[in-house]
Order: sequence, then C-alpha cells, then structure tokens
Amino acid sequence: MTGPAVDDWPGDPWDKRVASALSFMRRRLSGQYEVDEFGFDPELTDHVFYPVLRRLYRDWFRTEVFGLEYLPDDGAGLVVGNHSGTVAMDALMLSVAVHDEHPKARHLRLLGADLVFRVPVLSELTRKSGGTVACNPDAERLLRGGELVGVFPEGFKGVGKHYKDRYKLQRFGRGGFVSAALRTGTPIVPVAIVGAEEIYPILGDLKPLARLLKLPYFPVTPTFPWLGPLGLVPLPSKWLIEFCPPIPTADLVEHADDPMVVFNLADQVRETIQQTLHRLLEKRPDPFGR
Amino acid sequence: MAAALGVVVVTGISRHLGAHVAARLAADERVGRVVGLDPNEPAAELREMLGGVEHVRADAGSANTVVAELDAEVVVHLALVTSPEPGGRAAMKEQNVIGTLQLLAACQQAPHLRKLVMRSSTAAYGASFRDPAVFTEDTEPRQVPRGGFARDILDVEGYLRGFRRRRPDVSATVLRFAPFIGSTADTSLTRYFAQPIVPTVFGRDPRLQFVHVDDALEVLHRSVVEDHPGTFNVAGAGVLALSQAIRRAGRLAVPVFEPGLSAAATLAGGLRLGRYGLDQLDLFVHGRVVDTTRLVDEYGFEPRTTAAAFDDFIRGHADRALVTADQLAAAERTILDGIRRVRASAAKVSS
Repeated sequence: MTGPAVDDWPGDPWDKRVASALSFMRRRLSGQYEVDEFGFDPELTDHVFYPVLRRLYRDWFRTEVFGLEYLPDDGAGLVVGNHSGTVAMDALMLSVAVHDEHPKARHLRLLGADLVFRVPVLSELTRKSGGTVACNPDAERLLRGGELVGVFPEGFKGVGKHYKDRYKLQRFGRGGFVSAALRTGTPIVPVAIVGAEEIYPILGDLKPLARLLKLPYFPVTPTFPWLGPLGLVPLPSKWLIEFCPPIPTADLVEHADDPMVVFNLADQVRETIQQTLHRLLEKRPDPFGR
Repeated sequence: MAAALGVVVVTGISRHLGAHVAARLAADERVGRVVGLDPNEPAAELREMLGGVEHVRADAGSANTVVAELDAEVVVHLALVTSPEPGGRAAMKEQNVIGTLQLLAACQQAPHLRKLVMRSSTAAYGASFRDPAVFTEDTEPRQVPRGGFARDILDVEGYLRGFRRRRPDVSATVLRFAPFIGSTADTSLTRYFAQPIVPTVFGRDPRLQFVHVDDALEVLHRSVVEDHPGTFNVAGAGVLALSQAIRRAGRLAVPVFEPGLSAAATLAGGLRLGRYGLDQLDLFVHGRVVDTTRLVDEYGFEPRTTAAAFDDFIRGHADRALVTADQLAAAERTILDGIRRVRASAAKVSS
C-alpha cells in the first residue's frame, strides 16, 4: 500500500484520536487481538469497559482510595473485600480503583458466582473483563500466573442483604479463598469498601418471585421496581475504598488443608475488614455528602 | 525405547486420521507390520497412501480373532465417530461405545499386547457453568454433557479405566484431542467455519481451542513408537473466542437464541439431519480450554498454537470470506484520508 494520500497533522490531537479509533475498530473487526485462557480481553477492557465505569467511579460516586501502597507492584496478590449493593457494582469500582490509581495500572481478576456465568451476555462481559468462576482451580491458576485476584467471600449473602444490615459482614463461607492463597503462598490484601450499601438500598425481598426467576433474591428498593428502568440508576453515594496491610502466607503453605489454620486466617481477614469499615464510616458521616 | 515393534493394529483406517496414522507408521522402519482394522473401504484419495498397510475388513465385533491371530503388540484405536451422520445416533453409539468395548475385550485377551493408544476428546470434561476455565487431565466432569459424542467419550474412558486395572502390564496412552483444524481437516467444526454466514448462540462467546491435524498425527505417531503411558490433553496453546475466530476468518456471525437452537438441534438429531448436534451447542455455550503442560513435558513436543492452527484453516478456506483483513485495512486508510481531506479544506476556508 502507498503512503497517506493526505499528510497527517503532526501534533494534532484530533487527528491522533481519529486515527487510533479507526485502527482500534479495524483490529476489533478483523479479530486481531489477544484473549487469554480465561477469556480476558485487555484491549476491550481498557478501551471500552474502563472508560464507561470511570464516569461512575469519579463523577457519580466520587470515589476516594487509601492504602494503595499495600497492593503488590508485581506478582500475585489476593484482594479480599466486603460485598454489598444488590448488584456487584463494588467489584467493578474496586477494579477501576486498582487499575486507575495503582502506579502499575494492574488488572484485577475478579472471581464471580456461577450464577453470573449462567446468564447470557453477562457471562461474556465478565470473562472479557478478566473475571472467571469462583473455584479453587481458577483462583490458584490465576495466582500462580502472578495475577492480582479479587474475591468477595460473602457472595450473595453480602450483596443481597437488607439495608438495615449495612456494613455488617456476613459469614465468609468455607474459606476457599484462604486455601487458594495458602497453596500458592500468595499474600492476602483485605479491602474495605464503603458506599456500595447505599446505591440500591434493599428494603424488601420478594422471595417467591426470586424462586420463580431462580435468583438468590429479588430486591425491592426505594426506586425499584416502582420506577421501572429509572430504578436501575444507582443512588449517588460517596465511596471510600481502603486497602489494608497484606497478610503474608508464604510460611503457611503446608497448612493449606488444615481447617483450623484456614478458619483462623479467614476470621482475621474478616475482622480486619469489619474494623476498617467502622473507621471509614466515621470518616463519612453523610452517605451522600461531597 | 526405539526397539522394533512387531504388529501394530490401527482401527478406523477408512477415515482421514486413521489412514494418515497407519500410513505414517508403515513408512517408519521401527515398525514391523501395520494392519488396519476397519469394516469400510477407505475413501479414494486415502487409498493411495495406504500401500504399506494391510487391511482387514472387519468391525470391532471380530477384533477378538484378529488381534489374537495377528499377535498384535500395539493397538491404536482411532475408530470414533464425532457426529451422527450418516448412520444416525444409534449407529454412532454402536461404533463408539460397543466398538470400543469389543476392542478392549479383545485387547484384554491378547497375551503379547504391550501398548494401547486411544483417541479420546476434550469433550471428556463435560460442560457445566461451574466448570473451571481451564481443564487439567485430573479435572472430573461436573455434569453429564448433553451431546451424544461427549457421552460416548465418557463411556469409552470409563471402559479404558477398567482395562487399565485388569491389564496393568499394558502401557495405555489416552489422548484427549481438542477439535481438529487445519487446511485439510474435514470435521463438523471445519464445515461450520467454512460457511460465509455462521450461527452463534446469543449472548455467548465461548473460548475455543484447536489442534492442527498434523500435530495430532505427530503426537499419535510418537505415542506408538515411543512410550508415553497416561492421559494427555492435546491442544494448541492459547485461546480464540468464537467471535474472534469468526472475524479472523472473515465470516459473519448470526446470533440465535439458545432455546431455539436446542430445539433445532434435538429436532435435527431426531430427523437425522444431524448437522449441528448438542455436542456443538455445548461447545458453543460453554467453550472448552485445556492445559497441555503434561503433554509438552512428557513428549517434548509442542503443537502449534490454536491461533496458528486456525490461520492455516483460514488460508485453506479464504475463498468464502466475506471480509478480509486487507479490505478492512484499506477501508481504514480511505476513511482516515477522507476525514483529513475534509478537515484540511475546512481549515483553508476558515483561514
């Protein structure tokens, strides 16, 4: 092919933008991009998903982040957080925080419930943004590959809880995340997320409807389902995210199958998150303040 | 372990894979005698290469006498049917399950049998939403798959486990192949990608892995002339999303809702139209990715990557592409030049 018929405009920002957008579209349309074995598509995540989520993260939720120095610059880390907010918005905001605020712009690889992967479209969005099924083989494979993995051990008990139970950590399941960290000698970084509880406050749960739709719960919030699609707009709460000092596990590798060690470590992580939540809530007296 | 082998029996030589494996073994001086066991006559284009291969026209039912009479040292079992055509599902199951059962029974009786090499499939891992993203050889299937072939594979591997227990002296190699691809491969999946417009499942973009047919042949050949007991995943490293594969091939995807597809697949199976079965549907909803570390470590051989294998397929089927990468690049150039021209003239007018 010959050179450009028209000279490009050196230093012109719009010309660069147009050219890069066109080349992005060509790469997408011809399949010339890489997807890893979990289905993660870094190009799509960086150029499409993050820009959308960033609007929510910055302008809508006015998120502030503390303790970024506790995230490893490279190599594996298991980020364990509290879960809330009816839909897993906290997981998405956490991954924006890790990517945008960390100097190495790391991708957080989220572990999701298998229900997520049953739902068409949602399953593929999750995989393409780096998520995979929350199971030990996947968690350990990601950690062995030196990835930063994000997990919410409360699961649906956390996201689907009543508004009156906000910022009360639920049970941590069987502690599978701890054994994954122990088996791979990965440090555990607890993280406390404040703000997600107020975006869709659950006032009631229509259990028969949930059973009918095979959902873990069917939320009733001040706006949903009353306002129809408008009820899907999250309330603009103020978000604070704090990473806590990592808990090293390298010297505990041989205890990965010891239920006592696993349980105690899970409890330690849970306590750390709960205390950090209380501290953050004192910093934020008004959930919808600036 | 390159000692001369006596008699090698290969099943399924009337088909592409079996014929190529048998022909290559016959050409290898380390192998004494290659006998093909297949009730069908090989296709015309395969007959030529099978010059050095003796053909016993019998099905697995008479494997007992054949394997015993020949005093076989190695049995290579490749006679598996992956899709119901032309005989329908019943014939497919007959060949896959009953055929393997009879062959294994014959092998169990053969006193001098030293080695059994069996073709299996990554379909052995089933298909479930709770599946891990990557299967290792030790992953147990979590849910019985819907597809007939996948269910046959589970049965066949079950029989082989029994055989291993009863004849621990026989070295058994089980090769779980990812779907074959390449410019010469002809499977239901290559026929799928060869169409200009391809149906996909709405809201699903499965992760796919392929193995190039030539690499599959290499692994099979090494399994016979070298000793590699155990179960191995055989696939090209890396992953292609279905949408990505379709775009690379320059095809057009048409998403269809899954309930409609399931019904169509069931109906097609019942009417013996059998073009896409539930096997394909399972693959196109769940995807299938395997870990090949064990293969690479044991064989010292790395199949070409999934992307490279698929590229070879694209080269062989480029004539039916709707959009090529070159056309897209040209379109990009034209649009960019157009925008620059408009902006240049606009700048001139305003100055």
